[in-house]
Amino acid sequence: MTYRRPTFRHPNLPKNDLGYTKRDYEGGISTLCAGCGHDSISNAIIQACYEMALEPHKVAKMSGIGCSSKTPAYFLGKSHGFNSVHGRMPSIATGANLANRDLTYIGVSGDGDTASIGMGQFAHVIRRNIDMTYIVMNNGCYGLTKGQDSATADRGSKSKKGAPNPFESIDLCELAIQLGAGFVARSFSGDKQQLVPLLKAALAHKGFSLIDVISPCVTFNNPDTSTKSYQYVRDHSEATATFDFIPLRMEITTTYDKGTTTPITMHDGSIINLYKSDDSVDVTSRRAAIDALEEHREQNQILTGILYISEEMRDTHEILQTCDTPLNTLTEEDLCPGSTTLAAIVDQYR
Amino acid sequence: MEPTDTNNPEYFHRVIDCQYGCPAHTRVPEYIRLIANKRYDDAYMINWESNVFPGILGRVCDRPCEPVCRRGRVEKNAVAICRLKRVCADNKGDIRDRLPKIPEEKNGRKIALIGGGPASLTVASDLMPLGYEVDLFDDQEAAGGFIRSQVPSFRLPQKVLDEEVNYILDMGVKTHFSTYISSMKEFLEKDYDAVFVGTGAPRGKDLMLPGREEGEAFIHVGINWLASVQYRHVEKIAKKTLVIGGGNTAMDCCRTAKRLGGNDVAVIIRGSQEKMKASPWEIEDTLHEDIPILEYLSPLEYVIEDGKLTGMLFEHAKGSPKEGEEPVLIPCNEVLLAIGQDNAFPWIEQDIGITFDDKGRPDINAKTFQSTLEKVFFGGDAAFGAQNIITAVAHGHEAALSIHLFLEGKDVNQRPIPASDLAGQKLGYHDWIYHSEVHEEQRHEVPMQPKVKSIKDRLLEVELGFDKQVGLKEALRCINCDIQTVFYRDKCIECDACVDICPTTCINFLANGDEEDLRSRLAIPANVLWEPLYVSDLLPTGRVMVKDENVCLHCGLCAERCPTAAWEMEKYTYKIAKAGQK
Ligand SMILES: Cc1cc2nc3c(=O)[nH]c(=O)nc-3n(C[C@H](O)[C@H](O)[C@H](O)COP(=O)(O)OP(=O)(O)OC[C@H]3O[C@@H](n4cnc5c(N)ncnc54)[C@H](O)[C@@H]3O)c2cc1C
Ligand SMILES: Cc1ncc(C[n+]2csc(CCOP(=O)(O)OP(=O)(O)O)c2C)c(N)n1
Ligand code: SF4
Ligand code: SF4
Ligand code: SF4
Ligand code: SF4
Ligand SMILES: [Mg+2]
Repeated sequence: MTYRRPTFRHPNLPKNDLGYTKRDYEGGISTLCAGCGHDSISNAIIQACYEMALEPHKVAKMSGIGCSSKTPAYFLGKSHGFNSVHGRMPSIATGANLANRDLTYIGVSGDGDTASIGMGQFAHVIRRNIDMTYIVMNNGCYGLTKGQDSATADRGSKSKKGAPNPFESIDLCELAIQLGAGFVARSFSGDKQQLVPLLKAALAHKGFSLIDVISPCVTFNNPDTSTKSYQYVRDHSEATATFDFIPLRMEITTTYDKGTTTPITMHDGSIINLYKSDDSVDVTSRRAAIDALEEHREQNQILTGILYISEEMRDTHEILQTCDTPLNTLTEEDLCPGSTTLAAIVDQYR
Repeated sequence: MEPTDTNNPEYFHRVIDCQYGCPAHTRVPEYIRLIANKRYDDAYMINWESNVFPGILGRVCDRPCEPVCRRGRVEKNAVAICRLKRVCADNKGDIRDRLPKIPEEKNGRKIALIGGGPASLTVASDLMPLGYEVDLFDDQEAAGGFIRSQVPSFRLPQKVLDEEVNYILDMGVKTHFSTYISSMKEFLEKDYDAVFVGTGAPRGKDLMLPGREEGEAFIHVGINWLASVQYRHVEKIAKKTLVIGGGNTAMDCCRTAKRLGGNDVAVIIRGSQEKMKASPWEIEDTLHEDIPILEYLSPLEYVIEDGKLTGMLFEHAKGSPKEGEEPVLIPCNEVLLAIGQDNAFPWIEQDIGITFDDKGRPDINAKTFQSTLEKVFFGGDAAFGAQNIITAVAHGHEAALSIHLFLEGKDVNQRPIPASDLAGQKLGYHDWIYHSEVHEEQRHEVPMQPKVKSIKDRLLEVELGFDKQVGLKEALRCINCDIQTVFYRDKCIECDACVDICPTTCINFLANGDEEDLRSRLAIPANVLWEPLYVSDLLPTGRVMVKDENVCLHCGLCAERCPTAAWEMEKYTYKIAKAGQK
């Protein structure tokens, strides 16, 4: 009987710019079901943070309730974390981000946690453009409570229980674009080759970014009749365009053909190179992005990749014009102008 | 790459590094697990079937298995495989009734073994149970060959040697001791159905330099001197003795000398200590006994004064910081030469059909051990030069198989394929028949006799061996490399769970390529080239599964996390084909 992961690692484990190995970004051993898509996403997060050379102690993981919301226990074991109440992760993240703008915020939620109980909170965290990466581990069901259809389950999709879902589904990406998110993407837990660079780009994006990751629930929602199953997603997905994420520190060595490549410079100086083909979507246009989502939906296709990106938007702190110093480090001395100044201010109103 | 053919018995065998590396292919992980279960008799018998001398080898084996042990690649030190062998030998009960039964009725074939070392004894242990009559000839007073005459008692007590040699002689081997065979031509007239030559590499090399003849009484060939000590013809040596040479024989010579009054014994080597031929643990033991090893000295002359040896003159050899300086005189009164051995066959005539190469070695088929005279087989050090006990045993098994095939009128080149089997280990979600948890303890040190005590008595065994408790802890360090990860491609849904959980990043799903390309594209490039890649057939996404076997911990987590049981943990049993076995 084991339920311990050995601490031995490959002797040639590479190191990132900070001198850390991937092991420094791992968490505890997962207690999710074997084969759960959420575990793959956890590992993609580990890989992305390792490759981005984030300092683990400068990351905060926020989550709500659900199998998905349990995953922060399984990655970034040396980072901060807050496992909050069902559907309330956005408000906790908002508070934390306002108090300390120096951390990188990774929000982890489920489709139930976001599109049902947390829908109101989701809308407002986007509106305010909190600087965070919001990851929905989307399995179309309430995994933790034994697989009831969720609000992202497609109409007609059949889970293990076998009854087709009678209700319309919510497309979180479309909604986020409408609500003004500056970085919206969709991916699949079974495609790390796409997911890892998406995560890196989202982490580099300043302001709110959403990645809706379809993540099969192997236990309750993985029959081929479910539109969130491994088989269905593999057979029905199509990417907007291929892209490369080039982090700030990396030297650009390849030259790109201007006609087919759109470089997008991000807030921190990293670059996303989008490669266009004839039928690729213009992901820098909100309208085109929403059209593309609708068109693919009509054709029973799942559109993946970067769906919409805009580097023009201002995050909450910029909107509110807060000071550069994190608010939680301001002392009484910084905050209280002193009785003379106060008296002078009061005098103005006499 | 083509999908891996796991039906080839050698594929999974290669993954069991220790077993594959053991010349006799001892089922190491199986006996180590039995030790962990305190089943010492069973562990002993697993050893005995393959290596015939577990108690002896558990002390003095050359251990080719340890440098290749997988554990030594995931952390600093290999499993103490050899010491564990001793644990089962030391703690077993009387196992005599578990040895093969010898048929009363013989099969009518008679074979002769010339030389009574481990190679010949192995042939006897394989052929006696098949009803052969076996005659053994040796010029010594007892069987064991070099293990008896050379390996010092402080490393191998005589009691242990006698016990395991007698298991074989008691099968009814007819022994002819103190009998030197001086003519093969005459010997062949005796009408044996087959003859096995296991006479070892008995000639120690001499070092002819000025002063050699005058100094005869003070200069000894190491292996002859060690034999004289073992047979009590020599009981002391000069206080100032030099041992020339850097192999294991030199280590035995100097440590024996230290015990016979050679307080100031020193070892002289031509190169550096790092490049010495002796096994690391033998060098360690030598240094532990405060015997200096002097590097980069090349002998020039034995210095004789008034008919007595007073020193030896050395040149500073290549690589020495003093290279080019005046030669140095090191005072000494006796010298032991341990600079290598040759096999020599002055007793085999050139015109009887056994041909030799230009180095005087017999022409032997490396697989069948048959010589150019079809009924004569060679093995052990006599075959390809001085090696070690476990290699002699391995040769013995192969030669016995050849003799048996030959006498049954079959083609000796048609070797039966090894017996192999895969057995599932699953009990429940996280439960396995084997102990899958990886213990992270470091290798245990073997306790030793206090130095002051041991160097006074050449018969006192230096190493004390692990006790049962330490043996158990050391046994749990083994990561069960025979419990194979077997991939069932048709079940895989490519969910990545195995990739994510694997602690040592063994598993990859990627586009196929040739071996070099695949090795370079794995998440961690597979640059231990002698470790195989396990490649699946194409998966639905067009990729293949590629597992680098190099540092797999056999922890079973991939199988535990796989939702479809596409990975199974299965115990691979591999047994070499032996004479008479189906
Ligand atoms: C000092 C020393 C220490 C060693 N220590 C180790 C060790 O720790 N571990 C290890 O694995 N190996 C060790 N070895 C090597 C090991 O002893 C040999 O490799 C091994 O014994 C070879 O076995 P064998 O059966 O080929 O022949 P041997 O053991 O050499 O036996 C051959 C026998 O044949 C006899 N013989 C030879 N010619 C004739 C003839 N014409 N007629 C009759 N009898 C004859 C010899 O006297 C001898 O008894 C050591 C060797 C030496 C010299
Ligand atoms: C306030 C509140 N209401 C209901 C629940 C019960 N509950 C726990 S998890 C969950 C749904 C989780 O679904 P999702 O967010 O999709 O996570 P998954 O398990 O599918 O990853 C519900 C309804 C709860 N814990 N708290
Ligand atoms: S119930 Fe579903 S979502 Fe929850 S751990 Fe199991 S497979 Fe994953
Ligand atoms: S860990 Fe055990 S099974 Fe693996 S090579 Fe070492 S001794 Fe053999
Ligand atoms: S048994 Fe499986 S999980 Fe464990 S190290 Fe080997 S491949 Fe990895
Ligand atoms: S865990 Fe099983 S199903 Fe998933 S990728 Fe690995 S072998 Fe395939
Ligand atoms: Mg869900």
